[in-house]
Amino acid sequence: MLESTASILRGLGRRVTSRIWRLGFASRFLLATLLYSGTSFRRFFLTIREIYFTGVQSLIIILVSGLFVGMVLGLQGYDTLQRYGSSEALGILVALSLVRELGPVVSALLFASRAGSAITAEIGLMKATEQLSAMEMMAVNPIARVVAPRFWAGVISMPLLAALFSAMGIFGGYLVGVVLIGVDEGSFWSQMQASVDFREDIVNGVIKSVVFGILVTWIAVFEGYDSEPTAEGVSGATTRTVVTSSLAILAADFILTAFMFRGV
Amino acid sequence: MSNEPLVKISDLNFTYDRRPVLTGINMTIPRGKVVAIMGQSGCGKTTTLRLIGGQLRPTHGEVRFDGQVIHALDADGLYAMRRRMGMLFQFGALFTDMSVFDNVAFQMREHTNLSEEMIRDLVLLKLNAVGLRGARNLMPSELSGGMARRVALARAITLDPLLMMYDEPFTGLDPITMGVIGQLIRQLNDALGGSSIIVTHDVQESLQIVDYVYFMADGKVVAEGTPDEIRASDKAYVHQFVWGEMDGPVPFQYPSAPYREQIYGAVHA
Repeated sequence: MLESTASILRGLGRRVTSRIWRLGFASRFLLATLLYSGTSFRRFFLTIREIYFTGVQSLIIILVSGLFVGMVLGLQGYDTLQRYGSSEALGILVALSLVRELGPVVSALLFASRAGSAITAEIGLMKATEQLSAMEMMAVNPIARVVAPRFWAGVISMPLLAALFSAMGIFGGYLVGVVLIGVDEGSFWSQMQASVDFREDIVNGVIKSVVFGILVTWIAVFEGYDSEPTAEGVSGATTRTVVTSSLAILAADFILTAFMFRGV
Repeated sequence: MSNEPLVKISDLNFTYDRRPVLTGINMTIPRGKVVAIMGQSGCGKTTTLRLIGGQLRPTHGEVRFDGQVIHALDADGLYAMRRRMGMLFQFGALFTDMSVFDNVAFQMREHTNLSEEMIRDLVLLKLNAVGLRGARNLMPSELSGGMARRVALARAITLDPLLMMYDEPFTGLDPITMGVIGQLIRQLNDALGGSSIIVTHDVQESLQIVDYVYFMADGKVVAEGTPDEIRASDKAYVHQFVWGEMDGPVPFQYPSAPYREQIYGAVHA
């Protein structure tokens, strides 16, 4: 009994310490990425190319999801608000839900699944096929040439995608609330305009999406760079990117929300 | 030209995860020569190559390249040194998102301020040297294994390196392509006036083109000599390796309990 308890505790301790080691390694990797970011800005076309792959190619999933989320918000919001006779406030509900929460969070979750997994798989396969080693042997730093442009592309793309998600969601809410159900169009827009604060709501939403962008692309590039150079290793790293990013987004969202919107 | 060897490895030891991989390696790669490092898979050949390239640090001993101790260099020094080296990886390691032309132009664009016109001329020159000028617009996925290896060779020689390193250049190639790659290695070495190290287990092809051979087993150099000396060697390991004998110092059977004992045990179990 004592022996099995000790064995369980040892196993638990090993897992905890290995996770802490890995977190330390990932932090050093992030530092190196920031340190070697000069190339990403000096030769900005490298970053623009990655923005196309991570940002532009994620547009369809972000826009379509935004539209449907906004339409569902319109339906659910109207159903609840009309019970209290305040269906004109539908515009506020849709806009605040999207700009403060759903825009940054859902677009980040979609970004992690669509672009994060692709970044990990690409870097992991480059490692497995010795392309990163070849680059090192050609005196080209793979962190500066491969990792940093992808990192910055993700950080730049994420707030833009979140903004488009929110805009599309508001349009979806308008379609359902105003066009389909018949909520007064003037009330829908004017109440939204009057109640959504630029500093409190929009800027905080943008800050959230920037933080999520950093988290997702950091995890994605690290998992790719650190993956085992085998098919199984790359597949495992891709899965870890999606799982870890999703959990990190939700945890960071709670922390940021607690600091930003304290009922003031 | 200096008489000092281009690469000198002295008393090199390398340990990975407390497991000794290389023990007491001494090698000399003279200028202008092609040297082969041979041995079974897992004997430490590629590790030796990575130590020369500065991708690994020795546990003990040193590797000198053109008089400089490689592992004593800082990151900038190491990258400066690597600009004078070229490496051909086992399966080419071409950048899969770039065309053949862009792969070969990669180092020039990264390290020089040459105009695109000049780069174009130089890339065509290098591709012509490996016979693939006509394939410049193809993507790596459209190349056969042998073509990919030749493109990688053109890419490795773009900056006219002092030292070329080849990691298993003949693996998985048909006899014609193998002969082509072998001849290219020799011709390029002589044309560039540098030195070459070939890590391989392809004995017959290598012995035709190299000047000197090191044989490795279990992380040690067990024999060395010119191709003729190697062919005539009476050392059991070298003999088995060169003539492809089934049994010898490298046993056919994976270590196990005596056969008789296992059969007897199975019958009476």
